[in-house]
Amino acid sequence: MIVKRVARFFDDRLRASRFARGVLNKVFPDHWSFMLGEIALYCFVVLVGTGVYLTFFFNASGRQVVYHGVYKPLRGQHMSAAYQSVVDISFKVRAGLVMRQIHHWAALVFIAAIIVHMCRVFFTGGFRRPREINWIVGVTLLLLAIANGFTGYSLPDDQLSGTGLRIMFSIVLSVPVLGTWAAFLLFGGDFPSEDVIGRFFAFHIMLVPGLILAVLAAHMALLWHQKHTQFPGPGRTEDNIEGSRLWPTYALRSTGLFFMVAAVLAALGGLAQINPVWLYGPFRPAAVSAGSQPDWYVGWLEGALRLMPGWELRAFGHTVPFNLFIPGVVLPGVTFGMLYAWPFLEARFTKDHAVHHLLDRPSRRPFRTAFGTGALTFYMVLFLAGGNDVLAETFSISLYAMTTVLRVAIFVLPPAVGFFTYRIAKELSRGPVKPLANPVGYHVRRDADGGYEEITPTAADLARVEGDARPAPVPADRFEGP
Amino acid sequence: MNESQRQRTATRWIATAFAVSALGAFTLAGTYVAGGQPQVEGASLAVSLAGLGTGLIVWAARLLPEQTVIGPREPLQSTAEEREEFAESFDPGEEMFGRRRFLLRMLTLAAGALGVAALFPIRSLGPSPGTKLKHTAWRKGSRVTNQSGKGVKVGDLDVGGVLTVFPEGHLDAANAQTLLIRVGDDEVKPLPGRETWSPEGYIAYSKVCTHAGCPVGLYRTDDHQLLCPCHQSTFDALDGAKPVFGPAARPLPQLPLQVDESGYLVAQDDYGEPVGPSFWNRS
Repeated sequence: MIVKRVARFFDDRLRASRFARGVLNKVFPDHWSFMLGEIALYCFVVLVGTGVYLTFFFNASGRQVVYHGVYKPLRGQHMSAAYQSVVDISFKVRAGLVMRQIHHWAALVFIAAIIVHMCRVFFTGGFRRPREINWIVGVTLLLLAIANGFTGYSLPDDQLSGTGLRIMFSIVLSVPVLGTWAAFLLFGGDFPSEDVIGRFFAFHIMLVPGLILAVLAAHMALLWHQKHTQFPGPGRTEDNIEGSRLWPTYALRSTGLFFMVAAVLAALGGLAQINPVWLYGPFRPAAVSAGSQPDWYVGWLEGALRLMPGWELRAFGHTVPFNLFIPGVVLPGVTFGMLYAWPFLEARFTKDHAVHHLLDRPSRRPFRTAFGTGALTFYMVLFLAGGNDVLAETFSISLYAMTTVLRVAIFVLPPAVGFFTYRIAKELSRGPVKPLANPVGYHVRRDADGGYEEITPTAADLARVEGDARPAPVPADRFEGP
Repeated sequence: MNESQRQRTATRWIATAFAVSALGAFTLAGTYVAGGQPQVEGASLAVSLAGLGTGLIVWAARLLPEQTVIGPREPLQSTAEEREEFAESFDPGEEMFGRRRFLLRMLTLAAGALGVAALFPIRSLGPSPGTKLKHTAWRKGSRVTNQSGKGVKVGDLDVGGVLTVFPEGHLDAANAQTLLIRVGDDEVKPLPGRETWSPEGYIAYSKVCTHAGCPVGLYRTDDHQLLCPCHQSTFDALDGAKPVFGPAARPLPQLPLQVDESGYLVAQDDYGEPVGPSFWNRS
């Protein structure tokens, strides 16, 4: 058989059998929440595939041209060559629009999946020793994913993305001492500059994806070496790992998941319009539309810019615009600083430096869970503030009232949600943890004469609760066929 | 249903899913050949992928033995012995280097110098900011023109009107974009020192928001407020464009206007301060 011959070819030269066998027998936990990271991984695969296709048609140039293409409403308009090529991808290149839209949707789902995966790891304590390194690697991946999302969003050079770049330029400009130089070096001059599209293109298709690939490889290698965590359960200890073997069960399941993720992205890309740049028009520095919203993962920064009061420090002949510097630089700096530092902060705070492979129930760690929900509330309020004009219009509230309410909510809601979470978690953790699956109880039956009869559970019923009734797990390196 | 019946049913389902997937792929290819249609392309691709995914997942769930396995977890920490052996291999080398203090210092110097030298090419990435952020293209006597380059005369704008204007010959100068509004003569309440800046009720403010630099694109005529749609900074046009709400900290700079002998609006001078968002060496 051909497979056997290929395998023999490599094994003759690499002595890979032993290693490959270990790979096939690797144990993957069966809980669904371990697949969240895989969703992110598969989005990345889709992003690379569609992205490569798009690079063949995209023209990363800020040079001004006059449009004479197939889309009539834009004919005769001045625009950058970059914008023209995106309109061409959308209307002239066959299958171009669906590729572009799948690419955009995949980016949105990619970052969402990373964040949900990160929440799972956070709330179950999966970042604790020995996995602090991989937590740091993962936070770096989130950072890179957002950077690649923003640079990609900026490439079409439409009205909306140009506005985003304008704000980005101003944020870089706000940095004390270095800001002016940093902004001019990054953008190749004052805004708007013709160089920025080409530069962000290099970031978007080479530098950042290359870094993502490298850091992703490290993420997977560390996971492989350290093995998965697992939820506590009968028979599960700190010294073992229970689940399904990679070959064939998990490989098949995970490949199935890949196709399902890709299917959802294809359906979104084909049926749900996203970023219709031909409606926004080419970027004009003097134009702007109300209700300008960035992609969702930048919403929290946009919201912070909107909620910040107009504070500015002027002293000794220098200006520090707090109204840009705090929401645009300090906030993301503190956010990612906290994310990076959390495993070490928590270990110091709880004095728990032990090795953990069994995950926590969130209710058993009231403080961490409360801090997490409080933080999520904080970012949720910022996210809502990023659309305060849309919210105000939708609910017919005055824009200023809406902003004032959110300015109060950002201080009140996170501690409140954290406090309630803490109380609920405390209450839950007081009683013993009982699995809800397969409940068994003592029944009382009333008989025909009015007497009562107690039906005790059989030994088999009780064993079901204890988990003893399951077939005993077999060692991972011994395959037992059906 | 016994086991073999269940397996037969599962096999039928999986085969059906793969068949649907193949159909989706044919539709996709056919659509492409026929000239392409984004919705059909996306939907048929989704059907094709979902068919594959469903087939594989049902296969894993129904046809493969449900077998929980358990594996050992070896400690991730090296043993004391392993560490010692590592040290035995590492320490001699370290010692060989460590003895050469002077050479190590010179090595640090060379590597550091090369590192610093490697930073210099960063300077090529952009021009010096110089005074570019402090001036615009407006000059004494610059004619006020609309976005197609036509000069604005005193009679061109009604009271309550608003127009985006540029200095003549500089229609592409983004930081010179200016908002020209006309209010009633009696409504003008110029700030001290700006009494001559608003002839015939014409007032001109920089259109670049002092917060994040978006164009301040909205003008509410009834209360003469200028609103930036990006972050909702609001400025009072009658009170020197002072910020009244939102994140902006400074008023929009005002452009001093006058009317020349042929009735055109012209600038008395450039803006007296840098326009747009603040920066470190602004003032």
